[in-house]
Amino acid sequence: MKTHTLLILALLSIALACNDDETSPQTTSSSTITFNMEHTWDDTTVSSNDFNTLKFANANGETMSITKLRYLISNITFTPTNGETITLEGYELIDLTNNTNLNTGILGRIPNGTYSNISFTFGFNNADNYNNNYQDLNSALWNVPGLLGGGYHYMQLEGKFIDNTTTEKGYAYHAIRAVDNSGDTQKFEDTFFTVNLGSTTISKDTTFNIAMNIAEWFKTPNTWDLNVLNTMLMPNFDAQLLMFQNGQNVFNLKSID
Amino acid sequence: MAVIICTSCTTTDDGIGDYIPTPSRLEVPTLFEENIIPPIIPSSNLQTEEGVALGKLLFFDPILSSNNTLACADCHATANAFTDPDRFSDGIDGRRGTRNAMPLFNLAWNYNERFLWDGSAFSLEQQAFAPVTNPIEMNSTWQAVVDKLKQDTTYPELFRKAFGTAGIDSIRVTKAIAQFERTLISSNSKFDQFLRGQTTLTPQELNGFDVFMDEARGDCFHCHGSDKNPLWTDNAFHNNGLDTTFKDLGLGAVTGDPADNGKFRSPSLRNLAFTAPYMHDGRFNTLDEVINHYSDGLKPSSTIDPLMKKVALGGVGLSPTDKADLKAFLLSLSDFNFTNASKSQP
Ligand code: HEC
Ligand code: HEC
Repeated sequence: MKTHTLLILALLSIALACNDDETSPQTTSSSTITFNMEHTWDDTTVSSNDFNTLKFANANGETMSITKLRYLISNITFTPTNGETITLEGYELIDLTNNTNLNTGILGRIPNGTYSNISFTFGFNNADNYNNNYQDLNSALWNVPGLLGGGYHYMQLEGKFIDNTTTEKGYAYHAIRAVDNSGDTQKFEDTFFTVNLGSTTISKDTTFNIAMNIAEWFKTPNTWDLNVLNTMLMPNFDAQLLMFQNGQNVFNLKSID
Repeated sequence: MAVIICTSCTTTDDGIGDYIPTPSRLEVPTLFEENIIPPIIPSSNLQTEEGVALGKLLFFDPILSSNNTLACADCHATANAFTDPDRFSDGIDGRRGTRNAMPLFNLAWNYNERFLWDGSAFSLEQQAFAPVTNPIEMNSTWQAVVDKLKQDTTYPELFRKAFGTAGIDSIRVTKAIAQFERTLISSNSKFDQFLRGQTTLTPQELNGFDVFMDEARGDCFHCHGSDKNPLWTDNAFHNNGLDTTFKDLGLGAVTGDPADNGKFRSPSLRNLAFTAPYMHDGRFNTLDEVINHYSDGLKPSSTIDPLMKKVALGGVGLSPTDKADLKAFLLSLSDFNFTNASKSQP
């Protein structure tokens, strides 16, 4: 199993290193940040080796499998106790299915110091979602149809489950910005969210081990009933809000190395 | 790199010494440039004018087959977007396989470089080795082919120009063919012209596009792409519900993983006007049959893709209007410039 490593590299350090008229100690006063995304089903680690088997039980009691899991994180932000907030450029499409990050990675290096909060966005905020045409994401067929407002998916979680007639069925739990197409004008509601990892002091190259508990997408606060909500969820405004609510408890900072 | 080649190349072009082939960049169409990441060109086989020209000649030349009767182009015909209108192609002795030939275009944008219906070939160069010796295709040996090419009056010089030094072998043959294949770029369908603001679509084509993009109706875009991806395929492997039990395991036979049984690579939906019959075994003769399959004919199996909905009912049951419009939209992805034979035959 390969975990997803998000290497945050050189750019800032280059910027700092350019102030070479001062004999600055700054070259050593910044560190490389790595985000390491892990995945669990409650307490059990999940990798693509666990895919395609009906081996998970969700909160509602269905037996289910995972056949695909891809999601996007962006806006990795460091809030220092004093000084200006640093937001790293870029985003990462994490694909557990193929064990790959499908893009070039987020580039940056963070000055050493104490940060009151470190956070990232699940999905894209609206500016990032609508103002750019991302070639790598288009190549990965990550788009949301124009009919639903365009932009990009936040997550594609797919698999099979045994329904209440003991028939095996597919589900496609796709998270996007909620859109209601029923009226004369489209109504949107934001469903990206910020994941706060809390405070820390950075004094050396640092890895944040972050876990997504996949079971939580089906658990809190809404017990997800796959018999009712399985496919065609992208145009389902209410289902998108339920996903947004359940998403709040999905990510956890496990450790900092 | 270029500098090294130049300094090491002292002879004039007298037909015996080294030669510097002319680099030739792939012409990346605007919509590709704007929307998707660049094509894959292996550093061990960069495109050159001489290489592409040689590859084209070889592709259309039956000299690659044991009795000089069958060329690549016989199963991959220009007029059919480089595929075969027959369900199963006639090989050299009239022997037939069990899979439908594949059209050839935009191959340099198959980013994972998994070729063939089951992904068993890992690059275009590697793929080109197979047909020459395949008993149901050209049924020859590389030794025989290389000998024939060496004895030919024109090929030795063309190989020297394409690769800089004299010599013919199977690696050079496949490299040249792969270079030619990468130049087969299709980007001028009516829908492309629409996206470039050069034409308008009919109300039927527009509704058909909506059906294609609507998760509650066609939901084709998750695998076959959208206006944001001019390839019209994810080049990934899925079971789209053709069978309950599999005669051909597809990807499963390649990976040995039962979870891959019945999965085949999603084909591009470009040029469907020229590429019938459809699916890996060419089972559908018309687009109506394809659309009826997705709408009403899905068959359950353990590996069927989760995106195939209401499988117990055979599918989502598109209305007759939506079916007709979906077909009109699909046909708007066909590129008549691409199949214009005079441009592609040597
Ligand atoms: C007898 C008919 C026949 C001949 C001759 C033939 N092919 Fe094919 N070709 C096929 C069939 C059938 C397939 C699909 C086979 C499969 O997937 O198992 C195919 C697939 C391909 C593909 C894969 C395309 C993709 O998108 O994955 C390429 C490339 C290709 N052929 C190139 C060639 C070249 C180059 C030659 C000549 C050296 C050639 N073919 C000769 C029938 C033929
Ligand atoms: C889950 C992914 C997926 C979805 C969704 C999907 N397809 Fe496909 N499509 C495939 C695969 C895989 C094949 C090849 C299957 C085979 O040959 O076994 C295919 C084959 C086709 C072909 C045959 C092309 C050829 O050259 O043989 C057409 C046409 C087609 N699909 C149209 C559609 C349309 C229209 C829709 C929506 C109604 C759709 N597909 C939805 C994966 C998908």
